[in-house]
Amino acid sequence: MCGQAVKEKQETQDKQDIQERARTLTFEILRYNPQVKGETPKMKTYQVKEAPGMTIFIALNEIREYQDPSLQFDFVCRAGICGSCGMVINGAPGLACRTLTANYPDGVIKLLPLPGFELIGDLSVNTGKVFRAMSERVESWIHDKHADNVDLDKLEETMDPDTADEIYELERCVECGVCLAACATKRMRDDFLGAAGFMRLARYAVDPRDKRSDEEFYDIIGDDDGVFGCMTLLGCEDYCPKDLPHQTRIAYLRRKMAFAKRS
Amino acid sequence: MKIIYTDSLVIGGGLAGLRVAIASKQRGYDTIVLSQIPAKRSHSAAAQGGMQASLGACIKGEGDNEDVHFADTVKGSDWGCDQDVARMFVNTAPKAIRQLCAWGVPWSRVRKGDRQVIINGEKVTITEKNEAHGLISSRDFGGTKKWRTCYTSDGTGHTMLYAMDNKAIQLDIPVHERKEAIALIQEEGVCYGAIVRDLVTGDLIAYMAKATTIATGGYGRLYAVSTNAVISEGIGAAIALETGVAPLGNMEAVQFHPTAIVPVGILTTEGCRGDGGLLLDKDGHRFMPEYEPEKKELASRDVVSRRMTEHMRKGKGVSSPYGDHLWLDITLLGREHIEKNLREVKEICDYFLGIDAAEEYIPVRPTQHYSMGGIRTKHTGESTELAGLFSAGEAACWDMHGFNRLGGNSVAETVVAGMIVGEYVADYCKENCLNVSTKTVDRAMKKQENMIADLINRDAGENPFELKKEMQQIMMDKVGIFRNGDDLTKAVDELKVLNRRAKNIALRNRISSSNPELVEAIRVPKMIKLAQCVAYGAQLRTESRGAHAREDYPERNDRDWLNRTLATWKEEDADLPEMNYEPLDVMKMEMPPASRGYGVDNIVPHPDTEKRVEEIETVKQENPDADRFEIQEVINPIDIPAKFTGRNERVGRGFK
Ligand SMILES: Cc1cc2nc3c(=O)[nH]c(=O)nc-3n(C[C@H](O)[C@H](O)[C@H](O)COP(=O)(O)OP(=O)(O)OC[C@H]3O[C@@H](n4cnc5c(N)ncnc54)[C@H](O)[C@@H]3O)c2cc1C
Ligand code: FES
Repeated sequence: MCGQAVKEKQETQDKQDIQERARTLTFEILRYNPQVKGETPKMKTYQVKEAPGMTIFIALNEIREYQDPSLQFDFVCRAGICGSCGMVINGAPGLACRTLTANYPDGVIKLLPLPGFELIGDLSVNTGKVFRAMSERVESWIHDKHADNVDLDKLEETMDPDTADEIYELERCVECGVCLAACATKRMRDDFLGAAGFMRLARYAVDPRDKRSDEEFYDIIGDDDGVFGCMTLLGCEDYCPKDLPHQTRIAYLRRKMAFAKRS
Repeated sequence: MKIIYTDSLVIGGGLAGLRVAIASKQRGYDTIVLSQIPAKRSHSAAAQGGMQASLGACIKGEGDNEDVHFADTVKGSDWGCDQDVARMFVNTAPKAIRQLCAWGVPWSRVRKGDRQVIINGEKVTITEKNEAHGLISSRDFGGTKKWRTCYTSDGTGHTMLYAMDNKAIQLDIPVHERKEAIALIQEEGVCYGAIVRDLVTGDLIAYMAKATTIATGGYGRLYAVSTNAVISEGIGAAIALETGVAPLGNMEAVQFHPTAIVPVGILTTEGCRGDGGLLLDKDGHRFMPEYEPEKKELASRDVVSRRMTEHMRKGKGVSSPYGDHLWLDITLLGREHIEKNLREVKEICDYFLGIDAAEEYIPVRPTQHYSMGGIRTKHTGESTELAGLFSAGEAACWDMHGFNRLGGNSVAETVVAGMIVGEYVADYCKENCLNVSTKTVDRAMKKQENMIADLINRDAGENPFELKKEMQQIMMDKVGIFRNGDDLTKAVDELKVLNRRAKNIALRNRISSSNPELVEAIRVPKMIKLAQCVAYGAQLRTESRGAHAREDYPERNDRDWLNRTLATWKEEDADLPEMNYEPLDVMKMEMPPASRGYGVDNIVPHPDTEKRVEEIETVKQENPDADRFEIQEVINPIDIPAKFTGRNERVGRGFK
């Protein structure tokens, strides 16, 4: 046998060994399609042979392809970047695409859709609608009358490099909805803006290009549906997949708003 | 029948689609964006590395300008691009980036004074100028002469897409989410919108529009392993193909990125190597300098990917249960740099590989990454054959990338094309009215209704997931980085069989509302047709150019192949696309064909090349006082919307 063939044989053997040693995982998944009349929510169980490096993304696709083609879920980037795949994994909200099945020693993984969002079906929820509304509510854009009349031929306005970095730090939110699902206040009061909205506003508040005054920010979040409604239970901070500094930013906005009100 | 009317229908909510929508809305036209997913989740968000624009503020970008960017882009394309379009692009890119700056992208900025960087494996100190402090910075990327790639840490695409979508929200542009265009509406060579399926309710809706723009991204998921999002399935290009009128250009031009992680194929950005990361083999040996002594790890993408494959074929790869791979070493950049500028990479390694990239090597291998091919358009972005149909971004073959696109040139294309094509879309809306018979709309709708009814009513047949897997495997095994006649012939034959089988798909889950199996069943036959365009185009193109590398035809053959492949699918029942070729006119090129400067020169010259070189020389001699703008005006005059014709300012140089 030539070198290549020996090598391929070895690789096949390795794969077989891995397969033989593999665990069988049990997935318990909430199934409900509101589009189908008469359907009611129920938990369904599926078994999947674990593979090395297996993520919940890989496992769910296997279930869909080989066991139940009606299973609904949302993945786009499958790399923890786009925020599509928030779900409740064994009680904790998180991004399913980058969650390894190996993290669960007993091999039982229970999946529920993110609470607090309109259910599209099974594990798929309508986050898009909520985040568009959030963006409209906090007016998630640069407020500057001149932004559309900038002379594009000329040098851009300079910005302090640290300021640029700071804005980016706060802009890393991927709108996955995990913070809202983990928020006790939000669960009680639907109109509560929630951490993602605060973070968005904090991002514009540090951006010198946005000319809004503190009073204008106050008008958006200076009430009980805004920062003053937060009960500081900080589920947002605990579960945010991007490790955004929710706690310090909410505190910062509160101080800023308290001040804006007084002035 | 549910009908929605608008002026400008934009299919796709990524960077390109949103930018076109903003342009038509700002010009006063009613505009609707359709997207399979919330716009901010589009694949544009995944671009980490950056956007090319020749701002030249950072010290290593000094001397950069449109001409240098143009030369890099044309060389990168292996002379396969449309040079008019490349010119429009490089001249407008600085404006596009400055506009995004005004709209909120927190571009990383130049910091005056000394800083340490890694160049060619060595620590080097560079000193940024005082007067550049606070301007947009840039980093090194493959195949570029200057440090030209502007970035926000390694979340460039994310910040660009967020700024763009926020702008669209500010302008009150509706984005109809979870909607999929599954066919175009056309009558006598004019496009009037699309038949769209609501992915939640399953309803079919006719969106009628004066101008329809397809900005649906690439077709990477024709391959089993790809860096692309799982929705990058090329459906936009496929519905254009299915009109039987609109041609797709250069579908065989598929790019493989050198550094995706093994086995899942998630990308680690070119910024890793741009910032000084190295490629190592199983012995920990840095091998690229032996193959490409000049550019080393930062040769053009197609070149690095082939060199890596060659090196693995020599037995130098690291074995794993998932096949061979090589190492990407970024440990030499230091933890601080990685945690700031390559954080996404670090997160990916942490979550998907369980390794700390600041301490350990990353297992990588070349993986499908970018689709140069797409809907062939004129420089205005309008289809060459189907009036009223426009395309922009990765879905289009506007053709600034030819057979290989440079890193950082793609997000740049999305916004630049969005600006330019958006203006032409608005012009089209101004000059045309929606004049289509209801019969045409009815017919288009009926056809889709019947297609779906057939799928749901068929009792037994093919499994769409299986068909897709088979197609993806054929593309992986036979239409990959290195190609040859035997494999390509097999691929073309096997795909023909799949095409036939795809006419007989049956479902297990037979409902018409939200149903992932039905979605798959609608998409897979379209994807197979695209795969056929790629494989057949590759089989017929008996030369090597850019990312299209034929082992049996290693030379770049300008004499016979300096042209663009055009695929059309005229007869619905045909089992292959019809292929035509559009010549590239050497006598109009600003930069006549030459060597790219990698490996041994292996070019069959075009008979006009020498003549054109002389002609350009003469122009230069006859106009000794002309500046670079005037020379360009003579040898490559371009037609561009008036708002974008101004010269670009650079620090320390003014508008020269
Ligand atoms: C991992 C990765 C990293 C990258 N990094 C860089 C980089 O650093 N620099 C660079 O220049 N380029 C980079 N690229 C390439 C670049 O990101 C893409 O080419 C570019 O973002 C594509 O943008 P787009 O607007 O054309 O399409 P996309 O952003 O892919 O958007 C497509 C849109 O079309 C919609 N859609 C698709 N089909 C339909 C349909 N049938 N009906 C309705 N809607 C539909 C989708 O919902 C989506 O909104 C990278 C690519 C990848 C994969
Ligand atoms: S699929 Fe994009 S974050 Fe999970």
